[in-house]
Amino acid sequence: MASVQIHDVRKSFGGFEVLHGVSVPIEDGAFVVLVGPSGCGKSTLLRMLAGLEKITSGTISIGDRVVNDVQPKERDIAMVFQNYALYPHMTVAQNMGFSLKLRGAEKSEIDTKVNRAADILDLRRLLDRFPRQLSGGQRQRVAMGRAIVRDPQVFLFDEPLSNLDAKLRVAMRAEIKELHQRLKTTTVYVTHDQIEAMTMADKIVVMQDGIVEQMGSPLELYDHPDNKFVAGFIGSPAMNFLEGTLKVNGGQPWVETANGARLPVAAAPAASNGKAVTYGIRPEHLEFADDGIEAEIVVVEPTGSETQIVARIGTQDIIAIFRDRRRVEPGDKVHLRPRAASAHLFDKDTGKRI
Amino acid sequence: MTTIPTSLPTPTRHFGKSSAWDRLRTNRNWLAIWFMLPAAAFLILFLAYPLFLGVWMSFTDDRIGRGGGNFVGLENYEWLKDDSIFWLSVFNTLLYTIVASAIKFAVGLYLALLLNRHMPFKALIRAAVLIPFIVPTVLSAIAFWWIYDSQFSIISWSLIKMGLIDHNINFLGDSSWARGSVIFANIWRGVPFVAITLLAGLQTVSPSLYEAATLDGATSWQRFRFITYPLLTPIIAVVMTFSVLFTFTDFQLIWALTRGGPVNATHLMATLSYQRGILSGRLGEGAAIATAMIPFLMAAIAISWFGMQRRKWQQGTDND
Repeated sequence: MASVQIHDVRKSFGGFEVLHGVSVPIEDGAFVVLVGPSGCGKSTLLRMLAGLEKITSGTISIGDRVVNDVQPKERDIAMVFQNYALYPHMTVAQNMGFSLKLRGAEKSEIDTKVNRAADILDLRRLLDRFPRQLSGGQRQRVAMGRAIVRDPQVFLFDEPLSNLDAKLRVAMRAEIKELHQRLKTTTVYVTHDQIEAMTMADKIVVMQDGIVEQMGSPLELYDHPDNKFVAGFIGSPAMNFLEGTLKVNGGQPWVETANGARLPVAAAPAASNGKAVTYGIRPEHLEFADDGIEAEIVVVEPTGSETQIVARIGTQDIIAIFRDRRRVEPGDKVHLRPRAASAHLFDKDTGKRI
Repeated sequence: MTTIPTSLPTPTRHFGKSSAWDRLRTNRNWLAIWFMLPAAAFLILFLAYPLFLGVWMSFTDDRIGRGGGNFVGLENYEWLKDDSIFWLSVFNTLLYTIVASAIKFAVGLYLALLLNRHMPFKALIRAAVLIPFIVPTVLSAIAFWWIYDSQFSIISWSLIKMGLIDHNINFLGDSSWARGSVIFANIWRGVPFVAITLLAGLQTVSPSLYEAATLDGATSWQRFRFITYPLLTPIIAVVMTFSVLFTFTDFQLIWALTRGGPVNATHLMATLSYQRGILSGRLGEGAAIATAMIPFLMAAIAISWFGMQRRKWQQGTDND
């Protein structure tokens, strides 16, 4: 196990810079998830960590060692690929033992380690099969087994669940998390799925366009997003955004939208009176009230445990979620009140949190 | 999904109306035969019939112009058994096939690995590699004929100018040189086929396998040995089977370059068969030589067939 330091790392392909100075400290034993939309540079960063891409500038250290010029095989890392990259001509056991075989390990040592990993992942029955004879979830487990067998300092996962169906994905998510809790190996996990990030990570690093937008624990990011991008990216259904003007003149400040609705704000600096802002409110922080914003129900989506409502304010749709089963129909006129303490304010131009 | 009926519905349910012709026309099994018939007719007419005619002729003393000939049993083969030129041609054919195929494989694989890398003008270079394959065999043979000419050979000329030798090499006049020369010409012509086919095979190997192997600690030789080579074996088996078959049955190149000379040193079974059967007119004997090639060809196919059978990992069967 080891800590990983990514310091001011840049990456250019040709003359085109895709990573603009990324710094991520990763504590020993942490489960860090790099998340962001496709093209944000998260996979490139992971591949640089693995040694599959050259580092244009900056440093990456594993433990106390700067690994910029260290060959992948000497970095003591193991990677699980999106398409698993299992060797199709080798059995499960051979796949898992390949790295040990290359290292010149004894047959008995390989068997012991492969069997131990197979027990952890419940692969004993499948050791003699070829990858073709396995289901998606089984292949995924073999790919993890191949990583475990090596007992590396760091596990790298590159979107490992995106080839699985929704149900299996949830199951494997729990399995990977449990595996990490058991082995406590430092893990860097790349995904574009914010739910994977939220459910698995100790620390989430949200990236966009080659920069880190914010990093922190899942709930930190959920409760205190630094900017509008993070606010919109983390959480499902996504946060509602309403444009308006901040009004601060003694008493409780509010944001006034173009069509005159007043959105309550817990507190705002007096100097920002009259500022153009984006008002962010999560769907679960809206409640029915007698004096809230006027809205017309457009769609009602009951899921059983909760009811999701799409409501129209003026010309804009917002989403609200309620746990209690209220009888509402499309077309109903209702009043929605945002919970002032849970509202987020962002600068309209920069997107930064106010 | 709809279920497919095993036979098309026949509207002729009425008493006595369902004729045999109707059943032939509409029954699914018969329908399949109708559809295969044109292709089968071509194969029978242009492949099976000449093959069996050739085998039959080898049991006769047929000559050109005689029409028919008498059945003589194994007499042609008994003659061949004691014919030293025939055995020389067998030796030549085996030498030619084994040496040329082995080198074609080595050079073709090397070229394929080279072309699979990122390099400038990749598409252009890949296209250029195919040139020897595109040029008609006889044309390239004539070019080689000039290259190997006893007086005007550019190779001899260059070597003399460099001071390495002091007289022309008699490329096609000396048995050893002649064998080497025709083998070289065959290799030149055959390498592109092997290289391009293996390149196609290489491109089906997912790059992430190499990355995984790199992370697993494989050196570039180990990546070739444990990943590329095993994954390529099915294609190697196919391409080398074809290469061996083409080389074994080669005719044009030899005929254009040496006509089997000097002193039969480059006579292959195919050229000898042509010489005996067509030029000398002894069809029966020529056919016997050609028929004698069949066991060798069957053996080559059998080897690759059983080679491919062993690879369980390719079959997606689930043997729980």
